[in-house]
Amino acid sequence: MGKVLMKGNEAIGEAAIRAGCLNYFAYPITPQSEVAEYLSRRLPEMGGVFLQGESEVAVSYMIFGAAAAGERVFTTSSSPGISLMSEAISYMAGAQCPAVIVNIMRGGPGLGGILPSQADYLQATKGIGHGDCRLLVLAPASVQEAVEMVMMAFPLAEKYRNPVMILGDGLIGQMMEPVEFPDHLRTTPSNKNDWAVNGMQTRKSDRRNLIRSLYLDPGQLNENNLILKAKYDRMKKEEVRCEAYNTDGDYRVLIVSYGTMSRVCRTAIDQLKEIGVEVGMIRPQTVFPFPEEAVEEAAGKKSCRAVASIEMSMGQMVEDVERAVKGKRPVKWYGKCGGDVPTPEEVMAFVKSLAD
Amino acid sequence: MGKTFQKPLALSDQVTHYCPGCTHGVIHRLVAEVIDELAIRDRTVGIAPVGCAVLMYNYFTFDFLEAAHGRAPAQATGIKRVRPDLVVFTYQGDGDLASIGMGEIVHAANRGEKITVIFVNNAVYGMTGGQMAPTTMPMQRTTTSPFGRRVEEVGMPIKMAELLAALQTPAYIARQTVIKPKFINKAKKSIKKAFEYQLAGKCFSFVEVVSTCPTNWGLTPVEAVRWAEETMLPYYQLGELKTPQ
Repeated sequence: MGKVLMKGNEAIGEAAIRAGCLNYFAYPITPQSEVAEYLSRRLPEMGGVFLQGESEVAVSYMIFGAAAAGERVFTTSSSPGISLMSEAISYMAGAQCPAVIVNIMRGGPGLGGILPSQADYLQATKGIGHGDCRLLVLAPASVQEAVEMVMMAFPLAEKYRNPVMILGDGLIGQMMEPVEFPDHLRTTPSNKNDWAVNGMQTRKSDRRNLIRSLYLDPGQLNENNLILKAKYDRMKKEEVRCEAYNTDGDYRVLIVSYGTMSRVCRTAIDQLKEIGVEVGMIRPQTVFPFPEEAVEEAAGKKSCRAVASIEMSMGQMVEDVERAVKGKRPVKWYGKCGGDVPTPEEVMAFVKSLAD
Repeated sequence: MGKTFQKPLALSDQVTHYCPGCTHGVIHRLVAEVIDELAIRDRTVGIAPVGCAVLMYNYFTFDFLEAAHGRAPAQATGIKRVRPDLVVFTYQGDGDLASIGMGEIVHAANRGEKITVIFVNNAVYGMTGGQMAPTTMPMQRTTTSPFGRRVEEVGMPIKMAELLAALQTPAYIARQTVIKPKFINKAKKSIKKAFEYQLAGKCFSFVEVVSTCPTNWGLTPVEAVRWAEETMLPYYQLGELKTPQ
């Protein structure tokens, strides 16, 4: 199959199907409702399950149920909806159930706005739910990358028996781009008979399975949480993904930027090059785990004077960048957080002020 | 002569943590007997609630998923939709189902999810220590209504079976009790019917079971039975409220 022109939200829905996930539960919210609209037609065609729940709270528990039964399942939502799902996400992490959750971010706090944003960075990477829970968080910068990340997310969720989040800004969901669905990313769901509550008959076993997150004994809870920690530590070792741009030469400023914002930064970097200002960029593709080593190494280059965290939020990524840079260079923030995407000119003006 | 009476296969050997005079044990046994009689243990998934029955999975011998408070019907929906061949039931108390979980139960019932809900109504939050529930009786004293439930401030107790029976989607909705032996067979019949409707793929099924909580009511087990009979049963009337055509 060649390339087709698709809207991000529809491509995300199709990517899940291509990844072998035929179960989807959702609640409408701008700017990602097209995923549900698309799948409400497409999934019945495929013999899959489409259900519009009564709230994001209910939807998040529907995916918990489906995941507990051992089936591939996913949902999509946007910022306020993700807040409502955070309870179930914590339960799923505690109970070690895999699922894929897509957050097409809009502005906040509160009802915020419906335009693109990256303001759920801290929520996704550090505070997705109560207790010691973490998610693997993938951040696409194009519709094509969103497709690939959705397809990768299912086996990753199964590998870690943990929810995986796709963190895309509103533009990723709303823009149309040519995409293809890579065959090599099609996977078969893993065998979950050793833990899923899918009926003893299904797995031809006399041993019943139990899925829970309650451990009243403090020793047992500690033990469970150490198992979770070991998984999060393994993610930090095995799942860090990032892309370097223009980092071969001697750049004066290093940009750290992800998602749609990083594409604007690329344009700014190209234009600055034309006037003789070299700027490099590290683009995190996973924001948890954060590409600390890549950022530290790139910031440590002799020519580099400053590091800029450029994002569509009020500097939520700055502390991760600072932690990676370890005080070796000043870290500055630039961005907007009302729904306007900074223009290449605005990024250029800011970066140039750091370079001079 | 062979064995004529034994512990259901669906029940484990564990001693329960329930208080003296609590009816959870009886209701557990009825559910287990029905599961044995229908021979569905191998394909049943139970959803344990938040509340006194949170540890119920220790007392049964088939698959269980633990719920968050109020969310069991949504979790049951998720399982049943992706695995319609499984038998899925939730077991919930009144704080769980009628308060924090009101949205989930109403919508699961209205969608006609092919699941079974066993709703244990003892007019109080048990596990958290006897606070007022949506089902607490007028002027009933609890730890958060120390002067009695004042209906002018918090409204009348919610009749869940009637509320769900009012939905237009076909369903099996019944209310029974197990506070005295004479009621127990009827309760079992309703629970069995509820599972049979699910097995037939017919409808959502819901059995409310009026129960006692001597500990949180501050009564002896015998007094608790009398109180339930005199105070709750006239308000929470027993019977089948709705059967599918």
